[in-house]
Amino acid sequence: MLQVVLEHYNYWIAILLMMVGFYTVVARGNLVKKLVGLNIFQTSVFLLYISMAKVTGGTAPILDDRFQVYSNPLPHVLILTAIVVGVATTALGLALVVRIRESYGTIEEDELDLMDGET
Amino acid sequence: MRHHRVLRIISKLLIPFIMLFALYVQFHGDFGPGGGFQAGVIFASAFILYGLIFGLENARKVAPPSVVTRLIAAGVLIYAGTGYAGLIGGANFLDYNVLGATPVAGQHLGILVIEFGVGTTVAAAMITIFFLFAGRER
Amino acid sequence: MNALLPHLPALQVVVPLVAAPLCLLAGRGGLAWIIAFLAAAAATVTAAILAYQTLHNGPISYEMGGWAPPWGIEYVVDTANAFILLLVAGIATVVLLFCYTSVGKEIRAGRQHLFYCMYTLCLTGLLGIAITGDAFNVFVFLEISSLSSYALIAMGGQRKALTAAFQYLVVGTIGATFFLIGVGLLYMMTGTLNMADLATRIPAIQDSRPVLAAFAFITVGLALKAALFPLHLWLPNAYAFAPSGVSAFIAATATKVSLYVLLRFTFTVFGADIAFRNLSLNLVLLLPAVIAMFAGSFSAIFQRDIKRMLAYSSVAQIGYITLAIALASHAGIQAAMIHIFNHGLMKAALFCAMGCIFYRIGSTRIDQIAGLGREMPWTFAAIAAAGLSLLGVPLTAGFISKWYLVQAALQSDMWWLVVLIAVSSMLALVYVWRLVEALYFKEPPPGRGTVAEAPLSMLLPTLLLAGANIYFGLDTRLPIEMTDSAATLLLRGQVW
Repeated sequence: MLQVVLEHYNYWIAILLMMVGFYTVVARGNLVKKLVGLNIFQTSVFLLYISMAKVTGGTAPILDDRFQVYSNPLPHVLILTAIVVGVATTALGLALVVRIRESYGTIEEDELDLMDGET
Repeated sequence: MRHHRVLRIISKLLIPFIMLFALYVQFHGDFGPGGGFQAGVIFASAFILYGLIFGLENARKVAPPSVVTRLIAAGVLIYAGTGYAGLIGGANFLDYNVLGATPVAGQHLGILVIEFGVGTTVAAAMITIFFLFAGRER
Repeated sequence: MNALLPHLPALQVVVPLVAAPLCLLAGRGGLAWIIAFLAAAAATVTAAILAYQTLHNGPISYEMGGWAPPWGIEYVVDTANAFILLLVAGIATVVLLFCYTSVGKEIRAGRQHLFYCMYTLCLTGLLGIAITGDAFNVFVFLEISSLSSYALIAMGGQRKALTAAFQYLVVGTIGATFFLIGVGLLYMMTGTLNMADLATRIPAIQDSRPVLAAFAFITVGLALKAALFPLHLWLPNAYAFAPSGVSAFIAATATKVSLYVLLRFTFTVFGADIAFRNLSLNLVLLLPAVIAMFAGSFSAIFQRDIKRMLAYSSVAQIGYITLAIALASHAGIQAAMIHIFNHGLMKAALFCAMGCIFYRIGSTRIDQIAGLGREMPWTFAAIAAAGLSLLGVPLTAGFISKWYLVQAALQSDMWWLVVLIAVSSMLALVYVWRLVEALYFKEPPPGRGTVAEAPLSMLLPTLLLAGANIYFGLDTRLPIEMTDSAATLLLRGQVW
């Protein structure tokens, strides 16, 4: 049992990060912290993809006569795209936070809800 | 940061190498790890470092925001243009085989141009993001 | 022209894609509008040709970059997604006509070209989601359309638009990431991302845990994006505080495209057998769908802002669509797709009409709009037509939707669903009546001067959309033929 857990440690880390990130998004009221949580959440998925690309005994996928076994490069490429999407999401999210701060004067969710309720 | 002589000198020394490394990552991308996304970010980091050390005003003089914004669009157009070149060559969209004399030469040229477009857009977008965030509090 | 014909699936997406940077370069609102409009019109023509071809010659496959599937990205058009493409591109074009004056007033002059840049990007994303036959490509286009729609919503005039956009961003990203996890698990098990290829490989491993987990992640992720109850909380504020044109465009298309992907994944990729017989997706979808029909309509009744009311109405209508999907029969799929189309027309017309009112009085609150029906008769006519369609009155498009939905329910021997549909339609009658009553029978609030009819450039597209609600209630050949063929294809599953 323990061995099964330890052998798949990469998946456990991915799941742990996923839950940490997801919890932060849901539980934190500060908008910046929510974005941090969202980033951790996304990163866990990147990790999931990257670890599935690993081929036992394989090397980095750079073509060379000395090597026969390579890791699967496709998930790397997919995740590069997902990382860029993540960067764009974070940038847009932070831009919104900056503008929320400018027009409300706060970035705490409960205070924002109170102010939105009044108008 | 104007008074930090060490930072100023070191960053002046570093910036050319950062840019050179970016170009290496960019154009070596079809042989080894690298490509437009990574190179664009590294290239932009040179400008961002310059902006951090020498001030936003100076950085804006080096990379005028209006030009940088246009570069974002230009990169996408380079990318799409390469795709359309495949169409004009009688193949499918983004098919590089017809771009060169042989399919292999075409693939080389195609991926190089595509990645150049990607690199341009990513670098310009990163610089723009930095300018917009840094220039907000005034 | 003939040389372009085989490349239409690629052009469908890349013409709006190129329009986006051109809008950015244009620098001025007017020029950017022309570029965006030409691109959207071209996309509509492309979608129409594709729809015609798929209807008469069967599905079309296009290899991006000349790489054969399953290695390369494949674009596949069949009647199911050609129908969605036609809806998205058509609505985008008509709403753009509307935007010219509306955006001129609602968006600051220096930012209008950015608006059109985001609008065309959003259009690119939505068309891409619909046309691609590659599971990961769906994620990429999903994020292109989502990111641009967050930005578009944040351009709304009130500061609440910012919090609404932020909320949508968080929820939308979680939804898209769930989808990404699901696709990753599928790739892990099958080694392919091509949907048709996935469909042939999944049955052999259908009971393995990663595939089950993938199915759950993809369904929940898409349900978040499609605002299926109880995952709809981002929707009301996003629709209510977005600029008028954006509300009309996104309300009519964005959630619909997500529902299409849900259809595609449950029927083509996983197959109806796995999704419905083994995993009872019908029960999983049925309950939220029924609750959505009632909760959405109930909430709509108590809204003071009409755009918010329409947004809650959308939640209820998405409930009808999911209900039809949950029936998992030929008639059910057909009813779902017909309602996707008709609901798009209704909501686009209603949100455009609200845009006309907002243009004149700067508000869409129910106490502010009192008595406007007499001063803006044409706008009122559009609201009345689309409102009747929303209720499902005969001779409107909405009636066709309800008719097929009821038939599908009866075919599945679920007569009690017919009762529920009828009762929830009564709730719709309450909120539509509230709107009509305020517009026509209430006295205008004191202090408001006379209000002129909306400018022609906004009125025409609004009336066009309202007219479409009537037209497709009378001449149902296009939606019926397309969805009939689409339902057959989707149910057959496996190969496109």
